[in-house]
Amino acid sequence: MAVGGVRVVPASPRASLRVRARELFDREWFLGPVFVTPALLLILLLVAYPFCMALWFSLSNAFIGRPSHWVGLQNFVRLWESDAFRQTFQNAFVFAGAAVALKLVLGISLALLLNQQLWVKRAIRGAVLLPWVIPTALSTLGWLWMFSSLYGVVNWTGIALGLMDPPGPNWLGQKYYAMTAVVTVNVWRGLPFFAITILAGLVSIPRELYEAAEADGAGPVARFWHVTLPLLKPILAIVVLFSTIFTFSDFNIVYVLTRGGPINSTHLFATLSRQIGLESGRIGEGAAISLYLFPVLMFVVWAQLRFVRKQVY
Amino acid sequence: MASASRRRLAWKVAAHVALLPFLVFALFPFYHMALTSLKTDRELYDRQAVPLLIRQGPTLQHYGKLLWETAFLTWTTNSLLVTLLSTFVSLVIGTIAAYALARLKFFAVGTFGTGIFVTYLVPTSLLFLPLAQVVNWLGLGDSKWALVVTYPTFLVPFCTWLLMGYFRTVPKEVEECAMVDGATRIQALLRIVLPIAVPGLVCAALFAFTLSWNEFIYALTFTSSSDQITASVGVTSDLIRGDIYFWGPLMAGAILGSVPIVILYVFFLDYYVSGLTAGALK
Repeated sequence: MAVGGVRVVPASPRASLRVRARELFDREWFLGPVFVTPALLLILLLVAYPFCMALWFSLSNAFIGRPSHWVGLQNFVRLWESDAFRQTFQNAFVFAGAAVALKLVLGISLALLLNQQLWVKRAIRGAVLLPWVIPTALSTLGWLWMFSSLYGVVNWTGIALGLMDPPGPNWLGQKYYAMTAVVTVNVWRGLPFFAITILAGLVSIPRELYEAAEADGAGPVARFWHVTLPLLKPILAIVVLFSTIFTFSDFNIVYVLTRGGPINSTHLFATLSRQIGLESGRIGEGAAISLYLFPVLMFVVWAQLRFVRKQVY
Repeated sequence: MASASRRRLAWKVAAHVALLPFLVFALFPFYHMALTSLKTDRELYDRQAVPLLIRQGPTLQHYGKLLWETAFLTWTTNSLLVTLLSTFVSLVIGTIAAYALARLKFFAVGTFGTGIFVTYLVPTSLLFLPLAQVVNWLGLGDSKWALVVTYPTFLVPFCTWLLMGYFRTVPKEVEECAMVDGATRIQALLRIVLPIAVPGLVCAALFAFTLSWNEFIYALTFTSSSDQITASVGVTSDLIRGDIYFWGPLMAGAILGSVPIVILYVFFLDYYVSGLTAGALK
């Protein structure tokens, strides 16, 4: 390699420590591990180790401020028997399924629109991306106010347009309405990520393909189905996989909007885990709940490595 | 000719019209939050009033209440401290790790790269319970320093991943030239590679800043005293007391708590767009 430039210094016994160190830091086998050590230590101490702790907690009867004992799979079994957890399990799939599907469909539509000739393209793109960069906990407060049943603008608009009978639904206090509300906010916050990423994919499709398809008599719909969609598939796969893991593990929106209520009907793994693990102090059960996210994570990692990133890492 | 250009214009107008609902959906909550924060309490809780406009005159009383009757300024200072420190630390650790992974050949480099990618996907809500224990053992229970220590766990994988992509685009030859001329590898990195990768570094710094400013679950779990919490936690916990919501100050807090991000956003919009796509797609 090009380290030859440094080797000009004769390797005499008098070669100072400085020169030796300088040479050592030019070796890839040495510099590489040195450079990754801080990141490696961080991951081992604050990601891998806590993960092992979560596994241990979930298999023990850990309770805040009390020594814990091994109880095997008792936490997982007890969770399956509890209504709150079964409800949460179902909620997680309904929430993630509905939100990801909506974000995908709306995201493709929005990306197609943003890919048109527009007058103030940059400003429009900026406006579209805004919900994604603002702190979610704070913007969800805005939604909390909008969904308020007495003074909320959602009900006011619905009534003004004649879509709702006064006084309008109690959005955050009724089962299905509450789920609709949390899905809406998640779509609102996640849509920009879909739209902007898919737009990047659209831009990279060569124009000639559309021109060729048009010459063959394909209309706009046929061009979308036979040119755009197949070429977007890899990007759609990545976006959906990313979004799946982060939608399943969502915490902020539900915590601020409903705290999991009414009667657990909007609890997700993260919010129930916090409620049981911290507020009730049953750390063992809390850890077991959050570990239900692990299979989802494994699936996403596996799919990403196996299908999407052909070159490993 | 004329009809073709007219058709193109009609198509363009149609695209804008179709975009309108999306724009309203994206922006209305912010408009409504800003509006609410400027309304008098009397108008806010008047069921006959129109919620879309201010009719009875704007007021800054909610901002006053937020700034002088709550610890909002302390919370914001905490947020800034935590965000700047964890962004800086993560950027340094991420830069050297990314350089090593993108450029150097050494033992188990591929495994380590995969490890970084997997860590990048681990959601914070999976680990907050055991991390709370680790934080206590470190003696950082109910301290903003707990956040400075734990935020890099999601920032470092992100920065590393993003910067690996940028470093790969710097031609190897540039660096090799410098080294033939007698520069060490570290000098070549500092003087040649990093200056070329500045857009990537800006991007990583912006995203790290945004991610840690917006972080909520760790901040909510690891800190609770009013002098240690961050802006998001302060606004959501201190201005809601039981069933009583102080809507005016709440909205004022939500607006002011977003200001640092909005400022960055206005100046660096293009970096956000490129970082968003690079982070996910590279």
